[in-house]
Amino acid sequence: MKQVLRCILIMSAVLSFSAKPELRIEVTKGVDNAVRVAVVPFEWHGRGKIHQEIVEIVNSDLRLSGRFYALPVEQMLSLPHRVNEIFFRDWRLLNIDYLVIGGLESTGQGLRLHFELINVFKQSVEASLTIVGGEHELRDMSHYVSDVVFEKLTGIEGSFSTQIMYITATGSDDKRLFKLNIADADGHRVDTVFESKEPLLSATWSPDGEKIAYVSFERDSRPAIYIHELATGRKQQITDFPGLNSAPAFSPDGEQLAMVLSKDGNPEIYILDLQTRRLRRITHHYGIDTEPSWTAGGKAIIFTSNRGGKPQIYQMRLEDFRIERLTFEGDYNAKASLLPDGSGLVMVHRRNGIFHISYLDLKYGRLTVLTETSLDESPSVAPNGSMLIYATQLQNKGILGAVSIDGGVKFNLPSSEGDVREPAWSPKKRRTYEPIAGDPAP
Amino acid sequence: MGKTNIRGLFVVGLTAVLLTGCASNEPDDGPGIDPRTQAPSGAAEPAEKAKPTPEPVKPTVDRGKIVVPLDELGGSETLSGIFHFDFDQAIVKRAGHAELNKHAQVLSANGRFRVRLEGHADERGTREYNLALGERRANAIRAYLVAQGVSRSQVEVISYGEEKPVNSGHSESSWAQNRRVEVVYR
Repeated sequence: MKQVLRCILIMSAVLSFSAKPELRIEVTKGVDNAVRVAVVPFEWHGRGKIHQEIVEIVNSDLRLSGRFYALPVEQMLSLPHRVNEIFFRDWRLLNIDYLVIGGLESTGQGLRLHFELINVFKQSVEASLTIVGGEHELRDMSHYVSDVVFEKLTGIEGSFSTQIMYITATGSDDKRLFKLNIADADGHRVDTVFESKEPLLSATWSPDGEKIAYVSFERDSRPAIYIHELATGRKQQITDFPGLNSAPAFSPDGEQLAMVLSKDGNPEIYILDLQTRRLRRITHHYGIDTEPSWTAGGKAIIFTSNRGGKPQIYQMRLEDFRIERLTFEGDYNAKASLLPDGSGLVMVHRRNGIFHISYLDLKYGRLTVLTETSLDESPSVAPNGSMLIYATQLQNKGILGAVSIDGGVKFNLPSSEGDVREPAWSPKKRRTYEPIAGDPAP
Repeated sequence: MGKTNIRGLFVVGLTAVLLTGCASNEPDDGPGIDPRTQAPSGAAEPAEKAKPTPEPVKPTVDRGKIVVPLDELGGSETLSGIFHFDFDQAIVKRAGHAELNKHAQVLSANGRFRVRLEGHADERGTREYNLALGERRANAIRAYLVAQGVSRSQVEVISYGEEKPVNSGHSESSWAQNRRVEVVYR
């Protein structure tokens, strides 16, 4: 008995070492009239194992978007690879709206992928594309297929090729460990960029997605802002002021960094020119001013301030420092950021003592609470402006959740490892492909 | 009996406030040579005669906490270094004044001691706002200590916001424990 137990212990230890702590996605709310798609296993031209992960990845992407139903392969009545092999009756019988078919070929230097999106009802080809990529880019190429399908069928740019940065915290007291991770938007391919025994927070992307800025207490337990180049791993300490060094936010052109410093005695917002290193203070108030974010054109800063007694969202025009209060509903509104088109903002909003993620329509001033969970924070909008990811609590554990701006789709991303927090959606796709024009199907 | 004791403590505390308050007017914030704050050890002189060790016992630092000798019994007292706050508030509670006064006495009498005031917040609300709130709380404690005659140069303020909770629970009582400033001697 003891031996069996030991064996199980060893096995679980091995498993926990080998299995990377990926985020697992659970859809909690999808749209009522999901589009029914069938992704047929791709034809494979090449040696070795057939690369069928492509179907799994695309199916998983489409399901996780909450907008699609993906037909399991076992239920398919035929497995066409080309348009002339399709028996449309088979698919109508299964109530399938769209078909994805194609083939994958090893070119010696890499992979060539051809795929077509077929409208079953109209019997028409909605997309027919060929892309080439490296031998190990199957996952990126699959996400590209998902992006094309999603965009063709919803009119919204897909975000399956984007990434999510987040922080995990494990252990307590002396054993506390903070990790800064970057994963694919579907939770796979987790890469730990940096880890520290001291707090790590406020990680944010540069607009080109090549750098990140964050606050770390790694030096003598004091906070400082760092900029980290992802490709080279080169890290630079940007600030070392007494007091707060917090909430970095890159300007849309990537040349300036807004931040919060309390070196003058009080939390104020400053803008640092990353080229000239000139630092200018833009707020002057004895209250707390924090959490700066930029408007799309970089002409104004959105921030949180308790200058009115309670935390509310304000906007400051940088041209003349004119300040306008944006939120009036509720007694705790914080950490706001604008949608890419500037039509509204997402933020943390307290209602009946519970912290939710809310959307404020700036044109009509209408506030919508998007989440039903509590202790929600750190909303971050996808580059397509249709979804946001945020941090929340589930069964006493910090997890990430996502919700569409219209509230129609919701999913959770629980992790096997510790508390997950402060998600930041990448502004750019990890990898994108230029389709080859006029290329015949393989 | 209990009442008079409390009143007595209050008077002592108040005198300490007044005394150290005077001390703050002195430009010198060097080592603890202020005769007024050393008065208690003078009062213990007869006891010292009986003992072989003539050196006055000084406060010592043990893992960030300050241990203050109690004159007559030869025992010592470790001062509490944790002060709690209300939600979204940075007001030093009256309940902590007596203990803070003791810290102020030790610090103003011993210029070589340095403290780090670590401000914390509970998990509710946003992380950056909580960092600011934690700093406000630590600043409030610093202002109190400085008003009691402690030199600003002895005090460093750092905020950890909601990043280092003492209680990882999500209830009102856990939150109350986490909204705090810790006085850490270095």
